[in-house]
Amino acid sequence: MAITRREWFQSVAFVGGLVPATSLFKTFAAPPKVPLLGPGKIKIQLTVNGQVRALEIEPRTTLLEALRDHLALTGAKPVCDRGACGACTVHLDGDAVCSCMLLALDARGRSITTVEGLEHKGKLAPIQEAFIEHDALQCGFCTPGMIMSCQALLGHNPQPTLDDVKAAVAGNLCRCGTYPKVFAATMAAARKERHG
Amino acid sequence: MADKIKTTVGWAGHTETREIELPDGEPPPWDANSQLKIVSGRVARVDAPLKVTGRAKYTWDLRFPGLLFARVLRSPYPAAKAAKIDLAKAKAAPGVRAVWSEPAGKKILYQGQEVAAVAAQSLQEAEDALALVEIEWEKAPHATDTESARKKGAPMVFPAESQPPPRRVPSGAEITHDGNLRTIVATVGPDVERAFREAEVIIEGGYRTQVQTHSPLETHGAVARWEGEALTVWTSTQATFGVRDQVAEAFKLPHEKVRVLCDYMGGGFGSKLSGGAYGLIAARLAKDAKAPVQVMLTRHEEHLVAGNRPDSTQWLKLGAKKDGTLVALHLKSYGTAGVGVGAGVAGPMRSLYRIPSIKTEESDVFTNAGAAAPFRAPGHPQGCFSLEQAMDELAERIGMDPIALRKKNLKNAVQAAELDRLAHKLGDKWSKRGKAGAGKGAVRRGIGLACGLWYKNVNPQTAVEIVKLADGRYEVRNGAQDIGTGTRTLLAQIAAEELGVPMEKIVVRIGDTSLPHGPASGGSSTAPSLAPAVRAAAFKLKQGGKSANAPRAKEYDALEDQIGGVQAAEVEVDTETGQVRVVRVTAIHDCGRPINRLTSESQINGGIIQGVSYALFENRVLDRNTGQMCNPNFESYKILTANDCPEIDAEIFDVANAGNNTSTAGIGEPTTVPTAAAIANAIYNAIGVRARELPIGPEKILAALRGGK
Repeated sequence: MAITRREWFQSVAFVGGLVPATSLFKTFAAPPKVPLLGPGKIKIQLTVNGQVRALEIEPRTTLLEALRDHLALTGAKPVCDRGACGACTVHLDGDAVCSCMLLALDARGRSITTVEGLEHKGKLAPIQEAFIEHDALQCGFCTPGMIMSCQALLGHNPQPTLDDVKAAVAGNLCRCGTYPKVFAATMAAARKERHG
Repeated sequence: MADKIKTTVGWAGHTETREIELPDGEPPPWDANSQLKIVSGRVARVDAPLKVTGRAKYTWDLRFPGLLFARVLRSPYPAAKAAKIDLAKAKAAPGVRAVWSEPAGKKILYQGQEVAAVAAQSLQEAEDALALVEIEWEKAPHATDTESARKKGAPMVFPAESQPPPRRVPSGAEITHDGNLRTIVATVGPDVERAFREAEVIIEGGYRTQVQTHSPLETHGAVARWEGEALTVWTSTQATFGVRDQVAEAFKLPHEKVRVLCDYMGGGFGSKLSGGAYGLIAARLAKDAKAPVQVMLTRHEEHLVAGNRPDSTQWLKLGAKKDGTLVALHLKSYGTAGVGVGAGVAGPMRSLYRIPSIKTEESDVFTNAGAAAPFRAPGHPQGCFSLEQAMDELAERIGMDPIALRKKNLKNAVQAAELDRLAHKLGDKWSKRGKAGAGKGAVRRGIGLACGLWYKNVNPQTAVEIVKLADGRYEVRNGAQDIGTGTRTLLAQIAAEELGVPMEKIVVRIGDTSLPHGPASGGSSTAPSLAPAVRAAAFKLKQGGKSANAPRAKEYDALEDQIGGVQAAEVEVDTETGQVRVVRVTAIHDCGRPINRLTSESQINGGIIQGVSYALFENRVLDRNTGQMCNPNFESYKILTANDCPEIDAEIFDVANAGNNTSTAGIGEPTTVPTAAAIANAIYNAIGVRARELPIGPEKILAALRGGK
């Protein structure tokens, strides 16, 4: 018994009819003028891992779908598709975000970094090295998201406490149960960055 | 000619020499005296660089030219008939290349059952087209919880003659049927009623555990591609060969026409031991579309149809002498595996302690819900939850230390030694723990422990091939999959050790049924099947030649035929809010001679973390009025997060068991068995009342505190 969008708007309008006309006027009378996109594909550009990439996508495409299905960057994983698990985490201007909760076109003009972009001149980032050394992964499906959350933390806070690390990955689910080693790896990577 | 050799078995401070018969061509077992360089060390996973860079390709990540994406339409109702199914509009929708449906009139037994599917050029188009499938439903009465399914006159989920057969029946057991209820009654030793009359102390209690979904992060799914009459299936699986056999049977193909591949997979925990409807749907759609098709479940579908750990309602009676000697055990339990089987919980009751007289009456209650699947030590966390609480009650009643009581009755000598080690590690925390419920203040601390065990399982068809490559490296080949336990690394370590070369010289190829036969990753059998076989192959190759293929390696009488472990939990219980926090878990587990301490530790951590999550948070909730799942997602199906994670001290207890040439046993399953029971015992120590129902949420603590003892 799914209701269509039109039925929903009708029911809202009906309820709205009970609201004084003046407030209704304020709410609905003058929608801001925005360009309508779609239906159908549109052309956009995204800056991913330092490169400008051209894509042709439907406006409803999420950033996660754009990365995986249009740019062949499959490091970020689809797991819950609603921002509840963190497996799709990427950086947007250095901040960790769930790429499943963001439309690709809203990422235009921002700097996007995925797990594929962490290596520098063929060398793994310290956080990646630390994950390997501490065995902070098992099946590995949460790992790219986990690493991106930890890397974003180190970017903002190079000397985190254990509680800082826990808070940074509080939104990253791991079903194999690698959390203790994720904590250890991140603390070790922070020490290494500090002392070289 | 078989040689007789001496081998040293045992653990630190407790070794003995045994004589074994060594067949020709078999290496002598690595024993307590073997000095090894790579095996038993802490070795980083060989595939870790691919996993930390996003380069490891999982089934979700596969992309081929012309790949189609499919979505499955599932029944929203728990019991119904799909009277009419009209695919015409869906078929004509943009991008659609193939459609499939069950025949009209198909009977629906659970919410989420597959009814139709659409393959299109994009997932968005497949989803759009799925909304155009028209179905005329005829709803039927349902029973989704054990209480209503057990009532007289409840709707029958299956007619009695078509109930799925039980998975395991102890020898001599009796099976009875009553509506949706099927009961297996098994006894050990003399009459249990008479034995209870001889008991000096009797402990009796009721317990409940909930349904837990496996929730692997990578949902179930497959990609199917036909080339003529040959079918290739890439799938997220724990059993490449099992899936091959199932697919071959479904499409009436010879085994060699089906190839199943699994390079990387994102967790399974028992739910990915069979192929599933999605794989067959992918293959059917791919055949019709003449193009490869990918079917991956959504998180919602995963919760409904991809398996779960059955719930349980248990009544347990334990009889003992005043000196702690167990004399009798009687269990009555029922639970639901939905339309599947396997709700029994008696495993620990029959195998953990020496009990001369046992009677177990376990019932599967069929309900209109998705089928259960084996879940990390099926039945054991549930059974341990009741048995190990009853043991603590008994210890308190007779005024005996819980460790001493267990040691007196344990079957497994290794486990008794592990209890000593645990007591030593805990020190004053255990020996000077407070009396149950004696603490003061709002937040009370407690400590509790529990034992758990699992069985030694081996796949007898395992074979490993090693080929010397032209560049001087060695390629190790086996068709089994790595489910995240470190199978690739284990194979490389053992081959390198036996061949006397660095690990960089070893290339491992796995996850492909065109390679030699390998085990399903279930029953903690992967390592004990593969480790001796790869060593035997390397041993053979050292005798000369460019390649060697070793079939199943020799099994010897092992020191113990169980793998076990003991865990202690320290908790904080807030008596004002009811919140329980697990502060620390100390665990000692054995897996023979560990191959890789680093990855084995990770498995112990994982088992404990899943156990804490099961004890405190997870719960599949079905609405009994609609029969639909209320929390098919990750925001209301609660899984332990980093913030809830206890500090874990995981120790591996080395046992040279000489059960095979590497002294290897599994470790995946026993690590999650005692956790919930240890937490419940710690809660009792903290507040003086028992938590008899999982998950132990704040409301249960507050209710228990209100109800007193």
